[in-house]
Parts: sequence; structure tokens; C-alpha cells
Amino acid sequence: MFSVINLMVRRDILLAMRRPQDVMTSLFFFIIVVSLFPLGVSPEMEILRTIGPGVIWVAALLATMLSLGRLFSADHQDGTLEQMILSPQPLALMVLSKCVAHWLLTGIPLVILTPLLGLLLGLAGDEIQTLTLTLLLGTPVLILIGSIGAALTLGVRGGGVLLSLLILPLFVPVLIFGTGAVSSMNAGMGVEAHFSLLGAFLVLSLLLTPWASAAALKISME
Amino acid sequence: MAAEQSEKKPTSWLRFSSPRNFYPLAGKMIPWFMGLAIVLVLAGLYMTFFVVPPDYQQGNSYRIMYIHVPAAWMSMLIYLLMAFYAGLYFVLNVKLADMMAGSLAITGAIFTFIALWTGAMWGKPTWGTWWVWDARLTSELLLLFLYLGYISLRAAIDDPNRAAKASGLLALVGVVNVPIIYFSVKWWNTLHQGASITTNKTSMATEMFITLMIMVFAFWMYTIAVVLMRVRNEIIERERDTNWLVEELGKEK
Repeated sequence: MFSVINLMVRRDILLAMRRPQDVMTSLFFFIIVVSLFPLGVSPEMEILRTIGPGVIWVAALLATMLSLGRLFSADHQDGTLEQMILSPQPLALMVLSKCVAHWLLTGIPLVILTPLLGLLLGLAGDEIQTLTLTLLLGTPVLILIGSIGAALTLGVRGGGVLLSLLILPLFVPVLIFGTGAVSSMNAGMGVEAHFSLLGAFLVLSLLLTPWASAAALKISME
Repeated sequence: MAAEQSEKKPTSWLRFSSPRNFYPLAGKMIPWFMGLAIVLVLAGLYMTFFVVPPDYQQGNSYRIMYIHVPAAWMSMLIYLLMAFYAGLYFVLNVKLADMMAGSLAITGAIFTFIALWTGAMWGKPTWGTWWVWDARLTSELLLLFLYLGYISLRAAIDDPNRAAKASGLLALVGVVNVPIIYFSVKWWNTLHQGASITTNKTSMATEMFITLMIMVFAFWMYTIAVVLMRVRNEIIERERDTNWLVEELGKEK
């Protein structure tokens, strides 16, 4: 089982390394969206500090969502996906591996960039720390939930916009507890509850979404 | 033909899962449900405007509740019903269950929209604002988004079989997420703003309760009638090449 995951993750990372611009685009998108807010809302540091965690979270959510279109599309176009479905390995396991690889490629860079963007928006040190940790827990959930939408919209016309319509409502709980952790910390209420809930979302989505995505892939490939 | 009929008898509850048997049945049911809906709506509206007294706090503006509350209830119930039919489609693999789910979604979305719209119209005179980011309002808005996603996915896929399976899966994923979304929003709301408006739990006068119930039943009857109509249209579209449908439509003329 682990050899399959290992193999799939390595393959996806190798493929992405050959064409790094795909990964970079969603990263640049993340940075640009965040830097639009001071221009659009106000350069006042006090305001930016208040909205900062939410802005970074929403930008990360949108960047993840945009990158999800690529999750299966390349394998779908060159026929690899059909071979995966036909292979004796469980499809859910392969979906999980693809999500892991996708997270390593797009999720982790977002998390690494977060402290920098936090500084741009005038967040304090402990706020940045909490925010980065929530994104570390939250981005894999976004990718796992999003994989269902990506699988359902595979090869459907207008797939990109449709994908956002399908999965953005499902992202709401993650967004709420992700940004909620920072405001709860500032209110002196502690962050354990938020981290526990984000962790619970992660465990639940790890358990359930690969199966749903695998079912969706089979529907799309019929 | 006679042998075929008698063979079907033992599985009589599945008999109407075939479009061929369902189409005429639905045709017979629609006038009854529609008639009931019209009578109940007229009765309910009469009660709303002429019988129930104005509220001692909100005056006359609360009367919109007789539309708002049933619409909000229906919007949530229909989502569950839709997911139920989607599940039924996967279990029994009958096309009719999928048609029911698809037809329910549109009515559900309309009711969600009506609930939001009438809620805003009630909120302006009562709360002094069209919209607050209250837990209930926000989750109703998210419910509308879920409906819209479902309807869009169905519309985007041309092959009816793939559309049925894909949207069915989405409905099931959605129904698992609905409680999670609802409780997250509730929690978010209590954390962020202490000053959310709470409706006071005063006991309702009997005539108010009766009026509300009449309207709820009216909305139920309307939903059933409209969903059956939509399923019939869907059957006509999908089975347009079959002989029985041509005969059936010939009878109607």
C-alpha cells in the first residue's frame, strides 16, 4: 500500500518539477490577491491587521481552488487516468496519493509564504504563528474536499467555474475555523478548540473523500 | 401482455418506478395536488391578512412570516428529500429517482431564494437592516449555493446517465456536509458577534399557528404538484422516441 503511495507521489512531483510554472502560477496568484487588499481596502495598518488572517485564508482558499483543476486533468488528457482505474490497485488509494502530492506541491508553498504575507499585512508574531499552523492543517482538507469537485467536473464544459461553484460552499467550515483561531487567540480564548476541529476535519476528509473522489472519477470516465 | 401484467404484481411498489407507469399516474395526481395547493394558499392568505391579529411588538410586518417560515422549512426539507432520492437512485438504479431529485432541486432553490428575500423584507422594518450575518441567514445563503452548484452540475453534463450519477454523488456529499456547515456557521456567529438578534420565544396564538400550518400544507401540495409536472416534462424529453409515450400523448389530446 505504501509503495503505491510512494510511487504515485514521486511520479506526480517529478512531473510537476518538469513543468514548474504550473505550480508557480497559483503561488503568484496567492501573493497578488493578498497584495490587492491594501490597495483596495486601505493601507491603514490597523485595518489590515484586523482583516489580515481572513484575507490570507481566502486568498489561500482561492489559490488552492484554482490549482485543483490540474489535479486530474493532465492524467485525463493523456489517458493515464484510464490505466489507473483499470489497475488492480484501489483507485481511492491513488486519489489519496495524488492529493498528497498536490498538497506537497501547492499546499506547502502556500504555508511557507504565509509568514511573509502576514508581515506585509502587519500581523504580530504569535498571530502569524497561529495562522500558519491553521493553514498547515487546513490546506490538505481543502485539497481533499476539492478533489471530489475536480473529479466530478472532469471534462465538463465550463469545468473551472463550475468547480468553484461546487466546492466553495463546502470550504466554509474550514475557512471559519482557520480564521477563527486567530481571532479567538486575540480574544484570549485559546486556540485548542479550533485546532482540534481542523484536525477532525482533516481526519474525516482523509477517511471519506478519497472514496467519493474515486467514485466521481469512475462516473466521469464512463 | 396479460402475462406481463400479472408478473409485475408482486413488485407492485416498484411498478411506478417505470416512467411508463408513472407518467399517467402523475398526470392524474397533479390536478388534485394543484387544486389543494390553490385552495390552501387562498385560505392561508385570507387568514394572514384578515383573521390573525397584528403582533404586539412587530405590528403588521410580521405577516410575511406566513410565507417566509414555510419557504424556509421547505428549502431545508427538500434538500434532504433530494439527497434521499439521489441515494435511492444509487441503490435501486431507477432513472425516475434521479428525475425526482433533479426536479426537487429547482423547487428547493426557489424556496431558498424566497425565504431569503422575504426574510430581508421582514428584517428591514424589524431589525432596521436588510441583512445581518446571523447564523440562520448565512446557512440559508450557503444552502442556496449548494442548490445552485447541484443544478449547474446537472445542466453542464449532457449525457443524462452521467449527469444523474455525478449530481447524485454531489447531493450525497452535500447532505453529509450540511450539518457540518450549519454548526460551523452557528459557532462562527456566536464567536464573532455577541449582538446577534434573537427571536423571542413567545408562545404563538392558536389562530397564528393554524394559519402557519395551512400555509405549510399549501407549500407541500404546491411542491408535490410542481415536481410531478417537472418529472413528467423530463419523461417526455427522455422517452420521446418510445411508442407508449406517443400513445399516451395522443390520449391526452
